[in-house]
Amino acid sequence: MALITYREAIKQALDEEIQRDENVCIMGEEVAQYNGAYKVTEGLWAKHGDKRVIDTPISEAAFSGLAIGASALGVRPVIEMMFMSFSYVAIDQLFNNASFCRYMSGGLMNIPIVVRGPANGGTNVGATHSHTPENMVANHPGLKVVCPSNAYDAKGLMKAAIRDDDPVFVMENTLLYGEKWEVPEEEYIVELGVANILKEGEDMTIVSHGRCAMLSLQAAKTLEEKHGISVEVVDLRSIRPLDEETILNSVKKTGRALLVEENKPYCGVDAQISHIIQLKAFDYLDAPVHRVSSIDAPQIYAKPLEDWQIPNEERIIEGALKCMA
Amino acid sequence: MATPKKKSASKSTKSTDFAAAPINKALTKEEKIDLYRTIIGIRRFEERSLRAYNQGKIGGFLHLYIGQEAVAAGIVSLMEENDHIITAYRDHGHALAVGMSMNECMAEMYGKHTGCSKGKGGSMHFFAPDKNYWGGHGIVAGQTPLGAGLAFALKYKGLKGCALAFLGDGAVNQGSFMETLNLASLWNLPVIFVIENNGYSMGTSLKRSSAEENLAHRADGFDMEWEVCNGHDVYEVREVANRAMKRAREEMKPFLLEIRTYRYRGHSVADANHEKYRTKEEIEEYKRTKDPVNVIRQKLIDEGVMTEAEAKKIDQEKKDEAEASAKFADESPYAPRSEIQTDVYSEVDNDTEGKLKGTYFFND
Ligand SMILES: Cc1ncc(C[n+]2csc(CCOP(=O)(O)OP(=O)(O)O)c2C)c(N)n1
Ligand SMILES: [Mg+2]
Repeated sequence: MALITYREAIKQALDEEIQRDENVCIMGEEVAQYNGAYKVTEGLWAKHGDKRVIDTPISEAAFSGLAIGASALGVRPVIEMMFMSFSYVAIDQLFNNASFCRYMSGGLMNIPIVVRGPANGGTNVGATHSHTPENMVANHPGLKVVCPSNAYDAKGLMKAAIRDDDPVFVMENTLLYGEKWEVPEEEYIVELGVANILKEGEDMTIVSHGRCAMLSLQAAKTLEEKHGISVEVVDLRSIRPLDEETILNSVKKTGRALLVEENKPYCGVDAQISHIIQLKAFDYLDAPVHRVSSIDAPQIYAKPLEDWQIPNEERIIEGALKCMA
Repeated sequence: MATPKKKSASKSTKSTDFAAAPINKALTKEEKIDLYRTIIGIRRFEERSLRAYNQGKIGGFLHLYIGQEAVAAGIVSLMEENDHIITAYRDHGHALAVGMSMNECMAEMYGKHTGCSKGKGGSMHFFAPDKNYWGGHGIVAGQTPLGAGLAFALKYKGLKGCALAFLGDGAVNQGSFMETLNLASLWNLPVIFVIENNGYSMGTSLKRSSAEENLAHRADGFDMEWEVCNGHDVYEVREVANRAMKRAREEMKPFLLEIRTYRYRGHSVADANHEKYRTKEEIEEYKRTKDPVNVIRQKLIDEGVMTEAEAKKIDQEKKDEAEASAKFADESPYAPRSEIQTDVYSEVDNDTEGKLKGTYFFND
């Protein structure tokens, strides 16, 4: 297995899918000649040319809608949002057209597009550039959304997303782009809707997704070493479809659940997970479900304060101890 | 048949003597020196903030205004009591021009409690409503409808003034901007859209992003007046912008003003690529022939308004002021953690009746 970055893993997925299927093309701001604002698409334009890797003007609404229209005739566009935050100017296209065209046509139409890009805070760029809209996407039936926490999942989920016949959002993370994980040389897919148990444990379950799953894993190790608490960490990978079974089996085993995400808490993804747990594993719970989310305010700019606002190891441990009390 | 255009011709190709234009002739010696002071001040502030960024004192994004200084300085110098201004994320020049202090601006970029937004907004989001400056906006073109809204409010309240909404050459391709152009013209709003055309949106040249490279021509489609001018000579900026602003105030009419300018640095400091999508020669040529600092300095010296020595002295003062602002920012504290959840709702901050019912924040 090769040790590669999260960025490289996504690039490999894009590169391989472009070669596999002549209908796959990439579109977005600075993705081609500039090699991508975060260099995720580096080299792809040089390798595959203008037809497959396409620079757009700063017109997210137009190129999102265009991708939807093109997909009707069999093109499979992968559109990059330089930041997922910028998809907000394309909300009508993505949240009305991509999500509802199939339904409103009574199933006559489907929209095989991928919307990808970083959706995270922690980068000291302020409120307008730090959105984590996986909850908003998941709130729209017709859309799918995944949040890879590591390079292996990023590659496998990206390939699954591109081959999927519905609109899939892939929420990446700029803080993970440079981190390395082992990724096999041979081809593989990570199916949507399948969670991953990052670590087994007995005393409590942490359910998390995206970069927070990695922070939770670190916190779980500390909890074990310093507090003697055995923690199971479930990485959702896919938000919608959601692997309820893995969550419930884990919580039934441990009897306690801490939910960790970078979303703001109100109507965050974990609000739904918490509901599912209380409804379907109520009799197994030894404590209320606890949550660690971003502190409920627009993203603050100041670095040390932002580092406190989004979940960090210290806050996760604090949450876990409350859950054990 | 197309109807004859009533639009003004581009002045950029003619070699008009802008110094002799009434609006510039009317300037006192001290006002002229102030223009230089503002322009060199922005330059020195930006250079110092770049150093702070490279020292790791400023993080995130830093979009420098170096090369474009005469645009903000010239237009802001024309602002009257009821004129308002709004811009995008490349907002430091406009902030200093309206009179924000280097200290509060630098401290904001350091994320400190003493910053203009208490360290909550950062480099892209400066605000000073007391100086009619409404930000500092991070989403491309997102500020343009707000600019029209400022104009709407002036008209609504019967105030004689105009709104100035700045945007970049890449921002013209956002839907919100095109919708706003139509509204502004349809409703006769006193707003001037100022396109600071520096030739690039990140790594994309104008040619690769806009089908019609004459951006101001878009106004024709909305029956709006437009003009194109150069941005390196502050006299030229003032002469052209003054006509647009006067017309907006007096006739309640919008205007699209395209100003040809240039940024010396990358899109942001993180744009290490910027000599790949344009040549070093292109950058050097602009600096040599059109540098806004050199142009005004030379003009004022030639006019006998200031001496070489006086220019040097002002330059040094601005360097010192920028240096002091970095020290101020460095020594300032961060806001306490409790500040993360203030300034979200006015009713809560002000402890008014509006906050009495319901839960506002969800922390567990
Ligand atoms: C809706 C949106 N899309 C993309 C971005 C990222 N972005 C920030 S600035 C910029 C380029 C804008 O160029 P231009 O309008 O020419 O202004 P300049 O930076 O040259 O001042 C891009 C693509 C953003 N902030 N908002
Ligand atoms: Mg530009």
